[in-house]
Amino acid sequence: MSGRKIGEVILDLKNISLSFGGVKALQDISFNVLEHEVRAIIGHNGAGKSSMLNVINGVYRPQQGDIILRGKHHTNMDSYGAANAGLARTFQNIALFKGMSVLDNIMTGRNLKMKANMLQQAVWFGAAQREELEHRAKVEEIIDFLEIQHIRKTPVGRLPYGLQKRVDLARALAMEPQILLLDEPMAGMNVEEKQDMCRFILDVNDQFGTTVVLIEHDMGVVMDISDRVVVLDYGKKIGDGTPDEVRANPDVISAYLGASH
Amino acid sequence: MAVSQSGRGPNSLDTFPRLLLNHAATRGDRPATREKYLGIWQTWSWSQVAEEVRAIACGLAELGFKRGDNLAIVGDNRPRLYWAMCAAQMLGGVPVPMYQDAVAAEMVFVLTDGEIRFAVVEDQEQVDKLLEVKAQCANLQHILYDDPRGMRHYTQPGLQGLDEVIAMGRIHDKNQPDFIPGEIAKGRTEDIAVMLYTSGTTGKPKGVCQTHETFIAAAQSGVGFDHLTDQEDILSYLPMAWVGDHLFSYAQAMVAGFTINCPESGDTVMTDLREIGPTYYFAPPRVFENLLTTVMIRMEDASAMKRSMFHYFMAVAKRCGSDILDQKPGVSTMDRLLYALGNLLIYGPLRNVLGMSRIRVAYTAGAAIGPDLFRFYRSIGVNLKQLYGATETCAAVCLQPDREIKFDSVGKPAPGVEVRISDGGEVLVRGKLLLKEYYKRPDATAEVIDAEGWFHTGDAGFFDEDGRLKIIDRAKDVGKLSNGAIFAPNYIENKLKFFPHIKEAVCFGHDRDMVCAFVNIDMGAVGNWAERRGLPYSGYTDLAGKKEVLDLVRECVEQVNADLSHDAMVAETQIHRFLVLHKELDPDDDELTRTRKVRRGFISEKYAVLIDALYSGKTSQFIETQVKFEDGRTGKVAADLAILEVKTFPTMKKAA
Repeated sequence: MSGRKIGEVILDLKNISLSFGGVKALQDISFNVLEHEVRAIIGHNGAGKSSMLNVINGVYRPQQGDIILRGKHHTNMDSYGAANAGLARTFQNIALFKGMSVLDNIMTGRNLKMKANMLQQAVWFGAAQREELEHRAKVEEIIDFLEIQHIRKTPVGRLPYGLQKRVDLARALAMEPQILLLDEPMAGMNVEEKQDMCRFILDVNDQFGTTVVLIEHDMGVVMDISDRVVVLDYGKKIGDGTPDEVRANPDVISAYLGASH
Repeated sequence: MAVSQSGRGPNSLDTFPRLLLNHAATRGDRPATREKYLGIWQTWSWSQVAEEVRAIACGLAELGFKRGDNLAIVGDNRPRLYWAMCAAQMLGGVPVPMYQDAVAAEMVFVLTDGEIRFAVVEDQEQVDKLLEVKAQCANLQHILYDDPRGMRHYTQPGLQGLDEVIAMGRIHDKNQPDFIPGEIAKGRTEDIAVMLYTSGTTGKPKGVCQTHETFIAAAQSGVGFDHLTDQEDILSYLPMAWVGDHLFSYAQAMVAGFTINCPESGDTVMTDLREIGPTYYFAPPRVFENLLTTVMIRMEDASAMKRSMFHYFMAVAKRCGSDILDQKPGVSTMDRLLYALGNLLIYGPLRNVLGMSRIRVAYTAGAAIGPDLFRFYRSIGVNLKQLYGATETCAAVCLQPDREIKFDSVGKPAPGVEVRISDGGEVLVRGKLLLKEYYKRPDATAEVIDAEGWFHTGDAGFFDEDGRLKIIDRAKDVGKLSNGAIFAPNYIENKLKFFPHIKEAVCFGHDRDMVCAFVNIDMGAVGNWAERRGLPYSGYTDLAGKKEVLDLVRECVEQVNADLSHDAMVAETQIHRFLVLHKELDPDDDELTRTRKVRRGFISEKYAVLIDALYSGKTSQFIETQVKFEDGRTGKVAADLAILEVKTFPTMKKAA
């Protein structure tokens, strides 16, 4: 269906271990992400999926392991550095500014790219104004892309959940990321909203060539849209490969269909 | 500004392309088309539009589009789709706008019937639909799309972006600069300008062929009647395939030279309406109904103080608002003062919210409008008028002159139109604006136009004492109860639909001893109502089946009955029993036409079980219905529908 070319390894995670006191959230996990692919991380509640994502964009610092982003080693990624390196993410429990309009929320995604200094910002006319117009134009493209023109001026708090998720994605896209991290983009959505979201994720991947790493519970969705899947279970990696390979993997089957669940 | 017609010939303004060139020459810098794109209103002047149209025309010619070819146009109201219409006309072809929400299978009929070789479509969605049916439409060769988004990986032959076609056209135009002027000069006013497919409340759709001459005449009569100038602004948001949109957004804009504004998307129409503030506005009754419903819902949620203010001043408006608008004498000074205060506090802000602050003239047509609805808009100072017409008559047969508005009539015949009532009570029309023919259907053409040139509209109506036409209903829908009383279903349904909680209604009663009804609740209004009462519900079917909701609907029906009992003509047709349908009537399920008129015949067949239950005295009936989802898949909705009895009232004899 798609003409995008899957490229080299863009993000390589080596032997990542993360523990909180006695709880071993991640144990010796290694996998990589190729440029332009859709990579999924699946697993049960508490399997360590969100922790993994948090390690990637520097919210958590793993006790052990190596993160190699485009050939550069980062033992400790911090959030600011991650954002500057072209990583953007959305959150499982939407972290938008509820009282602000959709437009303003998405504009915050451009913050990192604003160059005007404090004085210029305070005066606004001139440099800051020019800059804002440029960023606004970019934001409008994203609004058009995600088809949310009709809620441009609506405060986010008044929107239904499915649309809030889309705004969250819009803000992440406003950073023009190279790698997009999506934490359960389809949780709590109805079938139609899920379909829409799938289409948008694939469009982003296809049109902008953005590499997507996503966590998702809905197995059907994951298998449909991802190129490769990592399966975590209680902090350990139990499977890695194409959707078909993962589906046939006996460890994955027993983890998902095993007696304990 | 009416256009002078100095005889016929290549230089007179008697075809749309010539009108366009004239605008480019005389008001080249005036805005012709606007579209909101990426949050900003983009403007094209008349000279720019003329240039774009010319490039599209050249591109089409380069692809092999010839005189006499038909060009399908599928999509929302986009500037380039309007321009493509004119481009086809430049080359002596015929644009055939199609309903953009039609499912693929419905498109096959028009595509094959119209022998379409070329289609200009809006976006990927429409391309997908056409590609799906391409195998069934042998003629279809070229699909040109306006919006390239998502189209990168399509490699099907015959598929091209409009951008490429325009670029190609510019080169063609440079090489053969005499080509387009020559083609425009070849155009004759009696050539077919556009083919509009009728929505088909009965049987298969038919292609209505209208010439340049008729459509320009129809547009001129409206422009002259309402004194439209090139300063008007109009929002073009109705389906391009509807004759109403073609008359207002294309023909009248071309004749008067005013500006059309295309909304950003279907969901933003309300915001765009407010931003543009059109001076001239056109909408079917359904849109006015929905607007009113939204206002009413939001008023319910307002604070007690605002609510009481609203209700107080609405009562004032109801009493004297439309008289003041009509500049009638006999309104007391006190009422005038109150109305002025109301205008400041309520009506003005309300008009602003509705985007109607600048409106000089607003029209509604397409279906009968409830008098109460009509009165509401006029009373808050919106000069809303009714227009009567059909696809076959370029939409304009009767117009209501300013200051002579009667709620229940559609006005006087437009200039140059003759109207007569047949012995059977049917409205007959004769004049310049009649269709040339139905495409390839001489039998159907002969059926509707008689030997003396009268067009049979199929509507039942009569002239009142002032010479204004009153439309009762579709002639074939008007029936009789078994006791002989006249039964006009539309009349009753419109009364029901005036309640914000009721979205659609279908009444039955022909050849029966009483009137029964199906009712569709309005999900927005009833959902909001339920929320405020803390009534839980899971979806449409569940909500429609709630006892509280049924009681709510019963109250509405009883009010309608009380209303009907005041009028001896229709008092016999009070509703005795009704049920609330478990699903919304939907054009995708063939229950409504694309212009959202009820298809009675189909509904009474599909829901025969329910009708039997209504008339057999049952108190509930189980039904399972297949529904089509937007993506074309089907599913089932099942429910046990309760059938309710309604109180009826004895006929009130009015004095005099």
